[in-house]
Amino acid sequence: MRILLDKFSKSFGDVRVIEDMTLEIKDGEMLALLGPSGCGKSTTLFAICGIHKVTGGRILFGDRDMTGVPSQERNVGVVFQSYALYPHMTVAENIAFPLRIRKLPEAEVKRQMEEMANLVHIEALLDRRPAELSGGQQQRVALARALVRRPNVLLLDEPLANLDAKLRLEMRSEIRRIQLETGITAILVTHDQVEAMSMCDRIAIMNAGEIIQIATPQEMYRNPRTAFVAGFLGNPPIAFIEAEARGGMLAVKDADIRLPMPANATTPPDGTPVIVGIRPENLGRDGDAPIRGRISFVETQGRENLYDLTLANGSVLRSIQRESDDVSLNDEVEWRVRSDQLFLFAQNGERL
Amino acid sequence: MTGHLKSWPIVLALSILSAPLVLMYAYLFIDTFTNAPPGSFIPNEFTLEHWTFLWHTPPGRLSIWRVTLNSLMFATSTATLVVVVSSMAGYVLSRLNVPARGFFLAGVMVLHAFPAITLIVAIFLVLQIVGLYNTLIGVILVKAAIDMPLGIWLMKGFYDTVPWEIEMAGIQDGASRFTVWRKLVLPQVKPGIFALGLFAFLLGWGEFILPQVLAPSGNAQVLSVYLAALIADDNNFDMALFKSVGLFYIAPVLILFFFFQSYLMNIYGGGTKG
Repeated sequence: MRILLDKFSKSFGDVRVIEDMTLEIKDGEMLALLGPSGCGKSTTLFAICGIHKVTGGRILFGDRDMTGVPSQERNVGVVFQSYALYPHMTVAENIAFPLRIRKLPEAEVKRQMEEMANLVHIEALLDRRPAELSGGQQQRVALARALVRRPNVLLLDEPLANLDAKLRLEMRSEIRRIQLETGITAILVTHDQVEAMSMCDRIAIMNAGEIIQIATPQEMYRNPRTAFVAGFLGNPPIAFIEAEARGGMLAVKDADIRLPMPANATTPPDGTPVIVGIRPENLGRDGDAPIRGRISFVETQGRENLYDLTLANGSVLRSIQRESDDVSLNDEVEWRVRSDQLFLFAQNGERL
Repeated sequence: MTGHLKSWPIVLALSILSAPLVLMYAYLFIDTFTNAPPGSFIPNEFTLEHWTFLWHTPPGRLSIWRVTLNSLMFATSTATLVVVVSSMAGYVLSRLNVPARGFFLAGVMVLHAFPAITLIVAIFLVLQIVGLYNTLIGVILVKAAIDMPLGIWLMKGFYDTVPWEIEMAGIQDGASRFTVWRKLVLPQVKPGIFALGLFAFLLGWGEFILPQVLAPSGNAQVLSVYLAALIADDNNFDMALFKSVGLFYIAPVLILFFFFQSYLMNIYGGGTKG
């Protein structure tokens, strides 16, 4: 079902968390609300499921205005960070709870519960209690409970935050598989860019109660609208250096480095201070613009090495390259930047 | 084994110190079944005569069974009242955004610290006016009201440990606020309910002052008042009878402890695991 937030605002007392936010989630889409903690992403989530009353604006499910409808009637499935399973009930009772509340006939409850248990692969655990399950299994039960009554929308509030790294990888693809199989509209709240990029159709990146950019993960990575977006996506993260526009080139501040203007940027007038963003994968042996510096840090990641390159002016760039032995710490090197992959930002962070 | 040998002086000292207490309990038991010659502590005959109160009711007194029933009704009714009201009030104070919540919390705390005996005159007058003086219902209401602040605070503490997410999940699953409380939250505080119920029952069973003042005579007499009347009766003073009734009075308490001690010890081990 299509979800629309129309000029939605939320404040707690005098604190305005979100103002006039408009966001559309298409039917069957999985959208990530990505942002640092305190940016209002969980507030948005709780407004959609009705736990928080909105201060202004409307929330629409399909064509129906849900703004004043109580949580119980919105039919929203929520998976909480702590899973919030009912500790005194077995797995089967947990999953069946939403159906029993609806007073479905017992045979129907059992059928739907088992169908859902099969979908999330927990058929063998139905008689256990939540305390007897691992984190990943609890997560599956929480998903099954949220999905069993065919909700209009599935909300996932940092669902992977409590899992260890290996399980996180597994559940990431599991959640996506289940979402695609059921075709349900889903919203994932997370502060982890990898989760957002790997699981979702589109990402809405938020900061300080505002949506900065909505795009597919690929588009957002290739074409960030602001320095904040560029800095949030990508691991290892992008590096920024200060520079100045001079004669159609970018002169790096306090260093004898000139970079060509990226083709996709509007050329600012001479003397304009700008910020140049260089992703680690775009600095290395190949490229067209040379950069000299000293290797100040080497991190071995197995398949790849991550280098910190300190320039003459003290700013640090990151480079990720195939693992090799020919450079080591404190070497002076001349590497190259792919200038068509540079990002140019104004001083206020806006992309040029 | 050396550990046992080393600790024997401590065991001996503790035994000597606690001997009077043990002796008192032993004699409470022995005296009810035996007779001893005057001036001696050593019993010389076995007898059941001190227990005749169980089947023989002396003139001017209530039947012991009637009094026991009264005590039982008094204790269970107050416990039920306290549990029902506290489990609801505690939830409201812990979770709902009621007006003047802080005031209620502070007020309940003050009431808990308030010595109930200072109110006895006022309560006496109120009961007289509403016609509940010398009735079991009257004392039950008073006793429940006095125990309630403790119960409300205890239950509030238990509710505070229940994670909010469980309630949010219940609401999202389509349950009403009442159903959420009844089906999801209440089971999480079961140890608290159980503790409070047992506690309130024992408080009710042992209560003396309130029934003594508010329902001293007539058909509402409870065991503690009955027992006190035995000592107060100068004409038929009978120490052994007093001890027998006393033993009869504490037996249910001992049985309760015997069966529920494991529950009582686990009382604070409840709640949910993270």
